[in-house]
Amino acid sequence: MKQNKNDRKRQRNKSLLYGLLFLAFVIFLYIVIFFFNSDNFLISLKTSKDIVIQILPILILVVIMMVFANLILKPRTVSKLLGDESGIRGWLLAIFMGILSHGPIYVWYPLLKNLKDSGMRSGLIAVFLYNRAVKIPLLPIMIFYFGISFAIILIFYMIIASLLEGKIIEITEKSFNDKRKIDF
Amino acid sequence: MKMGNKKMKESFLETFYKTFKMTLKSFGVMLPVLLGVILLIGLFKTYITTDLISSFFKGELFQDTFLGSLIGSISAGNPISSFIIGGELLKEGVSLFAVTAFILAWVSVGIVQLPAEASILGKRFAITRNIVSFVFAIIVAIATVLTLRIFT
Repeated sequence: MKQNKNDRKRQRNKSLLYGLLFLAFVIFLYIVIFFFNSDNFLISLKTSKDIVIQILPILILVVIMMVFANLILKPRTVSKLLGDESGIRGWLLAIFMGILSHGPIYVWYPLLKNLKDSGMRSGLIAVFLYNRAVKIPLLPIMIFYFGISFAIILIFYMIIASLLEGKIIEITEKSFNDKRKIDF
Repeated sequence: MKMGNKKMKESFLETFYKTFKMTLKSFGVMLPVLLGVILLIGLFKTYITTDLISSFFKGELFQDTFLGSLIGSISAGNPISSFIIGGELLKEGVSLFAVTAFILAWVSVGIVQLPAEASILGKRFAITRNIVSFVFAIIVAIATVLTLRIFT
């Protein structure tokens, strides 16, 4: 138990260090751009600020969902709904959750990580992420540009592709884990 | 009975507070990488314009479909932008295969977001998912346009 806690702490510190290094690299890019083209520096900064304002409500929603997921969804429940024993219901749930989720893809990573730690299958995470591409509120725009037949056919194939992707990821992870076991 | 209710309420609030603190802590760990991705998208939107994207397509069907998926993969931003750019590319004569691959890769592959995805969900998962999504963008684009041609 203590070993598990220490591992998690080490993993968290590693993620934090990686994140800070990545952020430092991007800030360095901004500094370089500032010296070469200060106009583009300001435009990029303003665009980023607009993105933050745009995604803030979704980020807050994600944090609230994470709190409730931690509070209500015990690993056993997650495992039953989205884990190895979830079956077809799990795949369908991941499709609907993906389609209904809003905002940029990256704001959902923390919640998915949370669910993964509680037992969500990696294949279902992939299905969720792929189905985020099916945007119901944006459908009228897609129909305006490409027509209704195109939109229906595309969405149909996208859902099939998401399931195949989920399966491929699970097979890849399983073969990697099996190989690691043999190596040990 | 009342005393029991009060105790239960207190213990719930305590659990809620602990869970809230724990969640904020784990979210805080992911914040630098998310902020980095947002800043990177800001840079991307400034430098990658529709004119620049359309200049890559040369009229070769397969090459353009591959390119569509490739450019869509390294693009970032709201899906609406991908529809608008896709519509503009169609007007400029780029094939529907390439435009569909472009839109699909835009929404399903995320090279700009890859550092965040790898850091939070795992390197192997992120790389495999993005490679598979890239290939699927091409396959789904071909399947969609061919099916559309059969039905219309």
